[in-house]
Amino acid sequence: MEYLAPVTTTHYLALSALLFAVGTAGVLSRRNLFVSLMSLELMLNAVNLTLAVFSRANGDETGQVLALFVVAVAAAEACVGLAIVIALYRLKESVDLDLFRSLKG
Amino acid sequence: MIETILFYSLGTVLLGSGLLVITRTNPLASAIAMVVAFGALAGVYGLLSAGLLAVLQVLVYAGGIMVLMVFVIMLLDLRAKDLESMKGKWTTALLCLLGCLGVAGTPFWMGALSGLPSAKPALKEGFGGLASLGETIFASHLFPFEMLSMLLLAAVVGALVLSKKKL
Amino acid sequence: MLELNQIQETLLTADRWLWLIPAFPLLGALVNGLLTLAAARGILRLPPALHPVLACLAAFASFLASWGAFARFRASAEPLQLAQELFSWIESGPLKASFALQLDALSVSLVVFITFTAFLIHVYSAGYMKGDPGYGRYFTYLNLFLASMLILVMAKNLLLLFLGWEGVGFCSYLLIGFWYQDEAKAEAGKKAIIVNRIGDAGFLAGLLAVYTLAGTFDLGELASGKGAFTEATATLVCLLFFFGAVGKSAQIPLHVWLPDAMAGPTPVSALIHAATMVTAGVYLVARLHFLYASAPWAALVVSVVGVVTALFAASIALAQNDIKKVLAYSTISQLGFMFLAVGVGAYGIGIFHLITHGFFKACLFLAAGSVIHALHGEQDIRKMGGLLKPIPLTCVSFVLGWLAIIGFPGFSGFFSKDGILWHVLATPNPKVPYLPHLLYFTALFTSFLTAFYMTRLTLRVFFGEYRGDAEVLEKAHESPRVMTFPLLALGIGSLCVGWIGVPEAIGGGDSLGRFLEPLFSLSTPVADALSHSMEPIFMLLAILVSGLGLLLAWYVYGLKHVVSAKLLQLIPGGKKALEGKYFVDELYEVTIVRWVKGFAQVVSDRLVERLLVEGLVDKGVTALYAVARWMKGAQMGLVRAYLGYIAIGAGLLIYWMLK
Repeated sequence: MEYLAPVTTTHYLALSALLFAVGTAGVLSRRNLFVSLMSLELMLNAVNLTLAVFSRANGDETGQVLALFVVAVAAAEACVGLAIVIALYRLKESVDLDLFRSLKG
Repeated sequence: MIETILFYSLGTVLLGSGLLVITRTNPLASAIAMVVAFGALAGVYGLLSAGLLAVLQVLVYAGGIMVLMVFVIMLLDLRAKDLESMKGKWTTALLCLLGCLGVAGTPFWMGALSGLPSAKPALKEGFGGLASLGETIFASHLFPFEMLSMLLLAAVVGALVLSKKKL
Repeated sequence: MLELNQIQETLLTADRWLWLIPAFPLLGALVNGLLTLAAARGILRLPPALHPVLACLAAFASFLASWGAFARFRASAEPLQLAQELFSWIESGPLKASFALQLDALSVSLVVFITFTAFLIHVYSAGYMKGDPGYGRYFTYLNLFLASMLILVMAKNLLLLFLGWEGVGFCSYLLIGFWYQDEAKAEAGKKAIIVNRIGDAGFLAGLLAVYTLAGTFDLGELASGKGAFTEATATLVCLLFFFGAVGKSAQIPLHVWLPDAMAGPTPVSALIHAATMVTAGVYLVARLHFLYASAPWAALVVSVVGVVTALFAASIALAQNDIKKVLAYSTISQLGFMFLAVGVGAYGIGIFHLITHGFFKACLFLAAGSVIHALHGEQDIRKMGGLLKPIPLTCVSFVLGWLAIIGFPGFSGFFSKDGILWHVLATPNPKVPYLPHLLYFTALFTSFLTAFYMTRLTLRVFFGEYRGDAEVLEKAHESPRVMTFPLLALGIGSLCVGWIGVPEAIGGGDSLGRFLEPLFSLSTPVADALSHSMEPIFMLLAILVSGLGLLLAWYVYGLKHVVSAKLLQLIPGGKKALEGKYFVDELYEVTIVRWVKGFAQVVSDRLVERLLVEGLVDKGVTALYAVARWMKGAQMGLVRAYLGYIAIGAGLLIYWMLK
């Protein structure tokens, strides 16, 4: 087995950044509302991961407490977001994000 | 050693399922991939001595939020024609991904990560565990914690109002 | 250059209450104005009597404050000078001007006089303007005028004086054109302020010159010699300021606005164009006495312009048929006398005549207003006569004013006009030796004319047979007490106020002269060309001359002789010239006014309308709209696009934060 460098904080942060990038790409490029929302959740989780990493690196639990709060808020947000999806579906009979253009102009 | 192996495998699973999430046509497939991702993420939390966080990740996220999502997807009963296809969009998606990588990786290119503590400090007994975290919350962050319940209440009411057929 | 030690010797004390004097009328104007606006919009419903009560209270309060200050002056053994700096007004580099008020002997005399006459005229106006829809507006303007005039007289630096100067000009415009719905009256207001403005250009140039030469506007500093004015620079500054005074005090050639200003309500004519605003020019020259003392040629110009104007205006008054126009030209003439006095250096006498003239001219104007009021708007003296019985109180007041203006012995006008004549003759002029005699005889002839036309006016209006419509006479009645009381007060004042300046030569105490003397002592040349014992003789001469004028007028107009028409035809073309005011207005119209109007037309049509409005505004707006429309295209309403922008923005933000 080849020698693998020990995992430092930077590695974790890189993981988090990659996850965040994936989430952002998903939000920006997908037209399906559900996938969009899920990508948003990915982004939030990437942030959570960063918080946990720094909490571990500093030995301070505040980061984890904050991550906990983020989880709770994300739950609330997912709840409301899905309610909106339902309302929008009732309006337009579709979950295509590009069809909702009332903000045009 | 163990940590390294675990990190890389969990990381691969995490990113792989993340990529799956954003590339599936069927939202249900995305949801399943999402659950897998959360599981891997919980593992990573465990690596970081965030025990409670890991457990709650699985319980709340995977077990609560994703279940909710699946419910709603099922509720709307989308037909194949309603779903967007990914044909011909791979190039733009890839470019988008690269762009986002650039944005997210800005601290790395800027060299802002040079001052991080390399050695992991000694952690207190029960770091990240339920008792310890509970003490921290109730000692220093009581107010936001209580406000969270308000927030959840607001979210519940909001969701109810938004999804009514007739107000 | 004069070393004015005496000024420095006066007690300069800070006073905390000087601001009250102009503050009361200013407050009155503010309150009245707001109430008028509220009533006009229907927010409040007020009894119309509220406006004059407020205004008169404000004027009276101001008078009390002035009298309080004056009492301090009388109680003090030393010559007093009070000053109060209210706040720093302009501070721009080396230029510093503060809002500072002062009272010295000159200011306090004028302030007491102004507030007293203004109060009486406010009371009179309450009766005269009753029932006018603009009642509240009138009193707002009147109070505002009073405040401006007080600021003018109490200003410690020339810039603040200019503020008051412009203020009175503006209020004059508002009040002359008070009944602005009548186009002719609005035109009169416009003419007043425009001609005033021409004079103000001179004033501004004077201000610039003073600042460039002396670096300060403060009168105290200028008086104590700061700036080192040479004769040439002093002459320049004096002439520039005198040009401003010419505009404000209606001397030749800027006199044309005053007769037209009679379009305003009669109390306005009494206050502004007899007692106060027009005297601001005389005050200015007196204030700058130290400069005129070092610029004898400028002083000469002042006296010559004054006497020429006096003669010119008196001659026009001979042929006027409108009661107010006669009084207007009389005012111009009397102002000429005042300038004559200050021009020869008799500042104290000039101010004395200012005060006495204020009393008797205001009395005459108010009486004229009473006559017009009684005859329901008739102003032509050819339609008057025999009004002694119907309006006796008015007649008595008018007679008192008349006796004062012609210089009947014992009345105020006698002492002041006689003082002027004496000082003109007795002050030698080293540059032009025969000048005092020339000035004296011109002035003497003018007082002859004054007696003549004033007697003519009195006889035609009040005595003889009534020559107008019979039904107008039937309805003629005496004015209400609110109008007759100030009238009689001013009439009695015309008699008595002269007693403050009875010259020593005939045994008087000359309290006014001695009060003002410390201020002017160094600028007043010694009047020693003739010995003081000769003074009674020249007094007698003056009485004779006025008496001659009176008798002649009585002969022509009073004894029902129809000599009047033939008299004027003695001079070929004279009648036409006098009636037509020497056609000065027409001359101005053809030479200046036409070009100015044409130029204004061109500017407004071509420049403003085409270039600015159409070009800039129209096209600019169209261009802006096109740009906006183009930018609107960027907003597709696409949520993902917006998210993309957020992401880019966030990325940039992170980049910059990490930099």
